[in-house]
Amino acid sequence: MLWQKELAGADVVVRGARVLDPVEGVDAVLEVRIDGGKIAEVAEAVDANEHRVIDAQGLVLAPAFVDPHVHLRTPGREDEETVASGTAAAAAGGYCAILAMPNTEPVLDSPPLLGSLVETARREAEVQVGFLAAITQGQRGEELTEMGELADTGAVAFSDDGVPVASAGLMRRALQYASITDRPLALHCEEPSLSRGGHVHEGRVAAELGFAGYPSVAESVAVERDLALSRYEGGRVHVLHLSAAESVDALRRARETGVMASGEATPHHLVLTDDAVRSLDPNVKMNPPLRAERDRLALLEALRDGTIEAVATDHAPHAVHEKEVPFEAAPFGVTGLETAFAALYTHLVKPGLLPLETLLERMSAGPARIFGLERPRVAVGARANLVLLDLERDWKVGERPFRSRSANSWLLGSTLSGTVRLTLAGGAVVHES
Amino acid sequence: VTSIRLVKGDLRPPGPPPKRHLLSVADLTRDDVERLLGTARTFAASLERHVKKLPTLKGHLILNLFYESSTRTSSSFELAAKRLSADTLTVKSAGSSVDKGESLRDTALTLGAYDPDVIVIRHPQIGAPQLVARATDAHVVNAGDGKHQHPTQALLDLYALREELGRLEGLHVAIVGDVLHSRVARSLLQAFALVGIRATLVGPPALLPRELPAETTVDIEAIRDADVVYVLRMQNERMEAGANFVPTLREYTARWGITPERLRPGQKVMHPGPMNRGVEIDPRVADSPDSLITQEVRSGLVVRMAVLYDVLTGGPVGVQALAAAEVA
Repeated sequence: MLWQKELAGADVVVRGARVLDPVEGVDAVLEVRIDGGKIAEVAEAVDANEHRVIDAQGLVLAPAFVDPHVHLRTPGREDEETVASGTAAAAAGGYCAILAMPNTEPVLDSPPLLGSLVETARREAEVQVGFLAAITQGQRGEELTEMGELADTGAVAFSDDGVPVASAGLMRRALQYASITDRPLALHCEEPSLSRGGHVHEGRVAAELGFAGYPSVAESVAVERDLALSRYEGGRVHVLHLSAAESVDALRRARETGVMASGEATPHHLVLTDDAVRSLDPNVKMNPPLRAERDRLALLEALRDGTIEAVATDHAPHAVHEKEVPFEAAPFGVTGLETAFAALYTHLVKPGLLPLETLLERMSAGPARIFGLERPRVAVGARANLVLLDLERDWKVGERPFRSRSANSWLLGSTLSGTVRLTLAGGAVVHES
Repeated sequence: VTSIRLVKGDLRPPGPPPKRHLLSVADLTRDDVERLLGTARTFAASLERHVKKLPTLKGHLILNLFYESSTRTSSSFELAAKRLSADTLTVKSAGSSVDKGESLRDTALTLGAYDPDVIVIRHPQIGAPQLVARATDAHVVNAGDGKHQHPTQALLDLYALREELGRLEGLHVAIVGDVLHSRVARSLLQAFALVGIRATLVGPPALLPRELPAETTVDIEAIRDADVVYVLRMQNERMEAGANFVPTLREYTARWGITPERLRPGQKVMHPGPMNRGVEIDPRVADSPDSLITQEVRSGLVVRMAVLYDVLTGGPVGVQALAAAEVA
């Protein structure tokens, strides 16, 4: 279900790092030897075997990250991102695997189109890529896609991300049919008649600035609806980019009562509030919008307690000329692959709001579990999907050009702690700095 | 859980020192407002003279960029610039390259190549003046951006209020109608807070934004306590079909329309224009001696002269400075 271009398996030894794999229960200064892309030995001292030796004194070696929510803009908007540039950005951000959303031009809704993207990934992808296929044809919310054949061709899951499945009846049919594929539905929860025309969270900031409000309830009623349908039909659902406290509460309650539901949150919703919109910077405009402090704190609490199992960037590249317009005219979305770990390490882990172990789990094992992917891990016999992190080194976002073709980052110009020094994806070294 | 440090203010690398713009009332202090109103008064005195033109801004280029229709604002900015001897250039979106799909940024860069000293912009989208300020070297004056801000309207209303009522501090103004879509109401609320005017917002529930920091009520009787009733236009062009903010205009007028019967004797009435007579305001009210609508328009000219002067000179104008300018 994941594809990557052919790369030589690494022969390396990493020495002196704090090896941290919260799921495997490893946290010690250890040496790791990788033979031909596979972890061959993890011990206090390993033989170099004439491998290249990486001195990782003072660094952290952890399972590499998995991003369940990326827009690669291919096909259709290769000026904004390609499989090659998006996966290079992922490698730079410490990711070994990413999942691409199907809201491309044309929409990824047919087996032949998926087949051609798989071919592209086999040629170009620096890290492992999986694809979600659309729930409805053309994401028009009218007719289901051929989910059976799409799953056979390799679709990881189904999603109409970017737009909601507005009809409850059609959502029910999607849940029923998706059950034959054993793939989850990844849901963009938005009630369009409530969000209509809204650019900014409906709250004090929107009221003061004059923006049409996109209220929290536009998300939470859709989340409640889809959780109720999932409870009734028994299908698996994953709630994309949670933003509102009420949605988080609904997800927590549903999970407690046995609904097979998971959720994700983005770095920008975990760090910023709608206060940031006062800058009128189009790089803080996204869907769902940045919400109030109480929403942000609810997301953080849910990330801590595991109600939210995954951090997702919702990496959404946009061309400069499309973002350099008045806030209201700008498209929704920001990039995130190259900054996600550093943003959350700087703003959540360093101030003591989130344990490092939890962040590492939610950026790797969590999303892998939701989508049934191989879990990146530090264990003998596993393929090397590892990231080497320098928690002490600060860097300024945008000072070096992005690997992504787009630069619409909400962090442009800010200084972050935490640098990705090395990424191993699918057994190969795909990034070094 | 303690609050974390947000990255706001940290979003952009530090650039060159900011130019003097008038983008939002939120950027002004009480001192700024007092200075601008004082300057406007000085200019009002000069307009009493036989020759009304001052040489103050001779040689300066003031560009009016209007992406929305406007009578009052565009004419008064143009006349204000002319009274101060500046060169003016007015570009309207209809009939310009905007019709051919040119982006605001490209239009601003193109016109910016003429080195305008001031760009006055009106645009239907929030944040357009900020974009022009980033894209060009000109001083930018916001003449209305979407539902966001209309700072010169707020300033001229303060000017008219002080001229008519002799004071600002301690006044009580009821703002009635479509607050949700009104950039005037948003600018006024901030301006009122700066000078100590109490505001009460009155209107239908869906047209009063939630969480706006002001007293709000749906009861039209609340206007009785106010010194001044400020009537907002029902902005039909901003209301999409089927939005159902109010059931019908007829029902709106019956509940919230300003009629002589709803006013106390001597209660002053203001309206930013253009009016929908018979909808939000009864014609008898609009034309009554207690209506300040004409004074608002007249104030617009001197306040906009003051704003142009202020952004360009960056300081208090005082009588001496004016006199010196006249000699030059």
